[in-house]
Amino acid sequence: MSEKKKKPYVKMIFMGIISAGMYAALLLNQDFLNNYFGRGGAYAFLPIAAAFAFSFIHGSFTGDFWTVLGVEAAKKKREVR
Amino acid sequence: MHETVNAVANFINLDTANIIYLFLVGFVGGLVSGFIGSGGAFVLTPAMMSMGVPGLVAVASNMCHKFPKALIGSLKRAKYGQVDVKLGIVLGISAEAGVLYGAHIQEGIKKSFGEAGSNLYVSVAFVVVLAIVGIFVLLDAWKTYRSGNTNAEEKVTKLAKWVQSINIPGTMVHFKSLNARISVLFTIPLGFATGMLAATIAVGGFVGVPSMIYVLGAPSLMASATELVIAFVMGLGGSLKYAMHGLVDIRLAMIILAGSLFGIQLGAIGTTYVKPYMIKMVMGTIMVIVLFSRALMVPVYLSQLHLIQEIGEGTTKLLKNVSFGIMIFALVLGAFIVLKAMWQGRKAERLQHAGEALGHGKV
Repeated sequence: MSEKKKKPYVKMIFMGIISAGMYAALLLNQDFLNNYFGRGGAYAFLPIAAAFAFSFIHGSFTGDFWTVLGVEAAKKKREVR
Repeated sequence: MHETVNAVANFINLDTANIIYLFLVGFVGGLVSGFIGSGGAFVLTPAMMSMGVPGLVAVASNMCHKFPKALIGSLKRAKYGQVDVKLGIVLGISAEAGVLYGAHIQEGIKKSFGEAGSNLYVSVAFVVVLAIVGIFVLLDAWKTYRSGNTNAEEKVTKLAKWVQSINIPGTMVHFKSLNARISVLFTIPLGFATGMLAATIAVGGFVGVPSMIYVLGAPSLMASATELVIAFVMGLGGSLKYAMHGLVDIRLAMIILAGSLFGIQLGAIGTTYVKPYMIKMVMGTIMVIVLFSRALMVPVYLSQLHLIQEIGEGTTKLLKNVSFGIMIFALVLGAFIVLKAMWQGRKAERLQHAGEALGHGKV
């Protein structure tokens, strides 16, 4: 158990900044977003694409966030069955 | 819901308090979802509606946060070897059909019996399904706990053994979570029921997870992880449908997602520390508490439909608030059990490592 993995500080900070930027853009442009993202029809791809983009960027950040805090999965692999 | 609605008129103004509220509910909902594969939606939709969001926009925005959340959760749990992607996709596709049919029934009921009729249908579905499935799941978990044999291998039920023994040529598929070949003629109705429940009460997993465990014979950890794949498939299709009608409020969906992605990562990590029966324990507990919450609302809708004596406005408001409070309690209690189990698991692991290190004379 002596091997210590390097914690992903740099990646977490990088993704955290992008994620914060995306959320800032979301909250600062609410009128614009409501206008285009709620148009329906072919514009439906906008909220779906945004959801994927946020999930990957913010999901990567939150994953690294817990790793950096030391909250990680159990070391011993649990037998599923 | 057939015409594109005037979006801006349907989207509320967001203040800081609302943003923090949605973030927190998203976090707790995500934590529970990461652990049991679903949950949270039953609180999020009414929570948004209490902020003044129209019902359909609340349902649509909830759906649009659900699929990216489920995606991240299933990727995380796949790392732990808990996801059966094939089973998830097979069930997910039939669940999608169930969602469409469930939504169709909802529309029909709304047309014939109005808003109160539709609410009554949703509440009765909640109460009946949660009473049967929730009590069964909770009793099963309780039995395992009482037996003191919580480390024992999960037993495949007689029903699942029978399902696995049936051979219908041309329909058999091997699933790794079951370690068996089963006929898709069994998975289709289960997926369909999951989807119908998702369209009705927003949480398909309350049928999806128990049916994978008890009818198909999947281990609890794999069933709850695979449910995330089903939720992704269902949520993506549902979101696309709602987005085409201009009903998704992307701000609401992404703010909830901000909280729920913190939660789902934590919930997924939690599953690596607990014994499998804890999945059933958390799920059963939440289901039984939510059952009471919805049962409280049944008299209100019956009164609105003039099927019983009219209930006063004050009483209606009180029942509504108590019902919502119980739902929040169910979710917070679920999150508490997850965090406690995780904390205990981590502590046990640390002690074990310390013991091992001592045994090897390293300290």
